[in-house]
Amino acid sequence: MSNAIIWVIMIPLLGSLISIIWSRYASLIAIISNLVALVASTAVLMRVYQSGPFLHELGGWHAGLGISLRADALSSILLVMSMTVISAATFYASAYFTDAAKRARFWPLWLMLTVALNALLLSGDLFNLYVTLELLGLSAVALTALSDNRAALQAAIRYLSIGLLGSLVFLAGVALVYAGYGTLDLATLASLVQANPLSQVAFGLMTAGLLIKSALFPLHFWLPSAHASAPAPVSAALSALVVKVAVYILLRLWVDVFDLVLTLSSTMLLGILGAIAVIWGSWQALQAQRLKLMAAYSTVAQIGYLFIFLPLIAALPEGALQDAAFTALLLMALTHGFAKSAFFLSAGVIQQYCGHDRIAELGGTARALPLTIFVISLSGVALIGLPPSGSFLGKWYLISSSFQAGQWWWIPVVLVGSVLATAYVFRILGHAFGPGESIGRVLNRGREEIPALILALFATLILGFGSAELWDLVAQHAEAAGN
Amino acid sequence: MISTQLLYALAGVGLFAIGLRATLLHHLLLPRLLALNVCGAGVFLIFIAIAYAGIEGMPDPVPHALVLTGIVVAVSATAMALALGRRLENIKSDAIKSEATKSETLKSAAVKPEAMNDE
Repeated sequence: MSNAIIWVIMIPLLGSLISIIWSRYASLIAIISNLVALVASTAVLMRVYQSGPFLHELGGWHAGLGISLRADALSSILLVMSMTVISAATFYASAYFTDAAKRARFWPLWLMLTVALNALLLSGDLFNLYVTLELLGLSAVALTALSDNRAALQAAIRYLSIGLLGSLVFLAGVALVYAGYGTLDLATLASLVQANPLSQVAFGLMTAGLLIKSALFPLHFWLPSAHASAPAPVSAALSALVVKVAVYILLRLWVDVFDLVLTLSSTMLLGILGAIAVIWGSWQALQAQRLKLMAAYSTVAQIGYLFIFLPLIAALPEGALQDAAFTALLLMALTHGFAKSAFFLSAGVIQQYCGHDRIAELGGTARALPLTIFVISLSGVALIGLPPSGSFLGKWYLISSSFQAGQWWWIPVVLVGSVLATAYVFRILGHAFGPGESIGRVLNRGREEIPALILALFATLILGFGSAELWDLVAQHAEAAGN
Repeated sequence: MISTQLLYALAGVGLFAIGLRATLLHHLLLPRLLALNVCGAGVFLIFIAIAYAGIEGMPDPVPHALVLTGIVVAVSATAMALALGRRLENIKSDAIKSEATKSETLKSAAVKPEAMNDE
């Protein structure tokens, strides 16, 4: 069991290499290796839940020279979430790609994306974070380009060059940290970092690089085209996971390592940008003509909510109130991960059935694809933040933390954002339940619809009712950080 | 008197700034890619300057290892961007060839956003 943390990374990596050699059995290899990785990630989470954060030094080389893998509450929860989404999307993709040549190119890249995500979440030092960010960016760009049309290639090139810029700026910050403190290990850094100009510049550079990757307004411009033109399972992973892990690194740096360097005004700036992202992203989603473009703009908005939590966490006194805000942030991120991936997978089914994803022409789809439209409504419930979804609790705590921190101005933003989300979800449902001319027989595409349904149920039911365990874990995390 | 280390570090910062500016200004793929590589070279130079420990001292090996990894990443990313750029050019020239045989009305239809639908 103690080696589960290695298997989470090694199994998909081996699967990726084997699937290049035996491309005929690639789907089977991918399903098996992702299921094994899912079990291993659950074992990591169980171990963190029972005995707290732990460290694994690869090959017995100590931190500073070797690579160490770390798992704590935050990373192991996100790890299980990302493996669940990836596994569901893997089942979906095994039915989605009909073209054999495209499928042969998809699986190795897809497994490499899994490796990068897992390695990033378990990295314990800044340079490994950089390498895994690049690995993630490169595999994500290659997967986006799989659509192989003009729009997708243009989006992929833009995504690649923006991503490279972001990671170079991040790397420049890493260089300054090494110059100042002589170590890149996050745990060691946390005890060394002081509030001086060097830390501020390094921290500023790293934050700027990660803001590009996490597509915070006004740096979101690359996101809609890339997420909307990728194949459906890829869009699901991009929107639900790839953007989110950049926010994860940011959070890790802000809360665990550079908390002394933080000023309330800098978190306030990010909060304001987040608030603009909520309103602007939701508004653009309401205007969007295509289903996947709408979902991509909705991602811009949902990422905005996560940033509104930062000034609240900075302003609240350490203890139960701060932990509650932190847990609510995590809950929002998890809910969005499950809901948005379910949404993109369903959008893919609709696109294959109708041959397009123009919202205005969706009439009749509710009768032809009842399960898919049900999944879209379920994930819509989570995107709006209706009970019993996880984001209902998240938004509830966002509002109550705003009162406790005396920052009332976030409340109208959350309300307007929720109303706009309601409007764009009901716009889709309105068209989908409308009359359609070419209604075929009722379709049942289980291999594609059931994974999406499971993800949507995670977002709306399991996270809503099972959030008590999450609270326990985060309280544990706060205790460990306090020691 | 500026020390050797500071001179190299400042040169690195300068390269980083030049590359950053050019990356943001250019929209064509090739100039942008070159600018990104200049930007990367600046960061690597900063790492090299950090590793320097005087003319007699042994340089710190960790930043050197980091730079090597960074160069590998930069080369593969550049190669991938070039491959994508070439693929895009091929698609564009195919589209022009096929349109040359068709009428003017079809030409405008091909540029419409309907081409955005994948699969």
